[in-house]
Amino acid sequence: MPDAAPSRPGQAKTARRQSSFKALEFILGVILVGGIGLAVLFSGFLFPGGGSAVDLAARLTPPLVDMAHPLGTDPLGRDVLARVIVGGEISLTVGLVSVAGAVVIGVVMGLVSGYYRGFWDVVVMRFADVQLALPFILLAITFIAIVGGGLINTIVLLIVSQWVQYARLVRGSVLSLRDREFIQSARAIGVRDIKILFQHLLPNLLGPVIVLMTLNVANNILLEASLTFLGLGVDPTIPSWGGMLAEGRTYLQTAWWVSVFPGLAILLTVLGLNLLGDWLRDTLDPTGRTRV
Amino acid sequence: MAKFLIYRVLQAIFVVFVVTLTVSFAIRLTGDPALMLSQGAGSITEADLERIREALGLNRPFLVQYWEFISGLFVGDFGRSFMGGTPVINLIERALPATLMLAIVSLVVSIAVSIPLGIKAATARGTWIDQAIRIFSLIGLSFPNFWLAIMLVLLFSITFRLLPPSGMEGPVSFIMPAATMAIILTATNVRLVRTTMLETLRSQYVMVARAKGLSETTVLYKHALRNCAIPLITYFGLQFGGLLGGIVVIERVFNWPGLGTLAFQAVAARDYPVLQAVITVLSLLIIAINLLVDIAYGLVDPRIRTE
Repeated sequence: MPDAAPSRPGQAKTARRQSSFKALEFILGVILVGGIGLAVLFSGFLFPGGGSAVDLAARLTPPLVDMAHPLGTDPLGRDVLARVIVGGEISLTVGLVSVAGAVVIGVVMGLVSGYYRGFWDVVVMRFADVQLALPFILLAITFIAIVGGGLINTIVLLIVSQWVQYARLVRGSVLSLRDREFIQSARAIGVRDIKILFQHLLPNLLGPVIVLMTLNVANNILLEASLTFLGLGVDPTIPSWGGMLAEGRTYLQTAWWVSVFPGLAILLTVLGLNLLGDWLRDTLDPTGRTRV
Repeated sequence: MAKFLIYRVLQAIFVVFVVTLTVSFAIRLTGDPALMLSQGAGSITEADLERIREALGLNRPFLVQYWEFISGLFVGDFGRSFMGGTPVINLIERALPATLMLAIVSLVVSIAVSIPLGIKAATARGTWIDQAIRIFSLIGLSFPNFWLAIMLVLLFSITFRLLPPSGMEGPVSFIMPAATMAIILTATNVRLVRTTMLETLRSQYVMVARAKGLSETTVLYKHALRNCAIPLITYFGLQFGGLLGGIVVIERVFNWPGLGTLAFQAVAARDYPVLQAVITVLSLLIIAINLLVDIAYGLVDPRIRTE
């Protein structure tokens, strides 16, 4: 939303405060995402055992009691901190890979259906209508009941359910761009279609796509965690945030820390990505095509 | 208007058709129910299996079965559960109100909170109040709903022993599930109200109302809010799908006897008639609400009809 030019004396101050808030938003986002990303990236180095070392003598140690386990231990005596950091691998992998897949499919579909219109366009958009009528979790239950859970299936499921968003966004932008002079002139001098699509159109609509990607990585981390929590996602024997929460819930009465820290990890990661997404939206997409 | 109505209804029917066809077909792909039903029954011959298939009507062509399913929909017949043979419609009748009531309570609470907060954020734009509301909304958007539910249980049931941790017994048991959904919805809704309000506040009739010397409350809640109502109702209506999806998840945490719990039991027991019915009912509900919202919007705002 373009802000009106300051007309009252108070508004200049407000605008300044808003831009310093923006900077804060960006810094906080970078710290959260960067910090968690680095910790997860080097988790193999930080915790060579992958947090799977069982120590039944030390089971359910509360946080801050034993400095070998700063965040306590779970019902098998495994270190909660190590498992939270190692478990981040699943969340970040699912988040990044699923968004990458959805973007590639969605952007190509959107470019083609927006540029050529016609039959293909109708098929893609009606398909999009159908998908938008089904909440993700229903699609997920059906899909998992048929093909089963697991890391790969979870990623495929997320791609299947999300490429439509990119296709719609890109198609909308292509429709508004395809009759502009620079595309017309490219076509007039005989530039090949594939070059028009990827060299002339694509760079002009990347902003909103990048914003949507950031927000979807956040969203997909949430979705994967819910699925795994429900027992429909990633294999529960691999440490993952959703899986740890499902395990920890049984011990909520006696050991709150087993459920608190994995959830906190999800919250902070997603918050960091949302802060960055928000900042990116104001920077790359001032007209607000990706606004909720 | 007639053209718009017909187009929109046809589109909804098409979506219903594709969704039910896909669900029925997909569920057939998961395996032979006769084999699953006879598991653990000792020695089973091919003739026995054939008898089960015959009894369940599974040996007929897919399209015939699909037709039976569709025609059953119109008379509320979803077949019988594989587990115990209860008519599926009875299970749905019990679970649907629990889910719907929770959805409505959460939506109402969220709207009641987000309208004043969103208006406050819009009128105080750029001040610390606006920033604080924005931060809270971002944090709310980042919460995994099921974890928020677990944390509420930890706080109010285990630590303070104020609220029942699960089940649906009386109004008290609505508090935590509804609060979980309402908090997450409000995070989105506050932003929607704020954005819509900011746009409205720029319009000339708001200026006129202020120039007439009307009190700020009258201007905001009587003149501006009414004009925000149309886009807001649409957003709230469209949220219903996501809301139902969220409820399906947190029903697990609170042991809520709704459609989500029913669906997960059906998945675990491979009780496909029940799963098919739950998914169909939820999708129909969402498609119907989207259709109603679109029609209402078309009635109120003539510009939409031509799109």
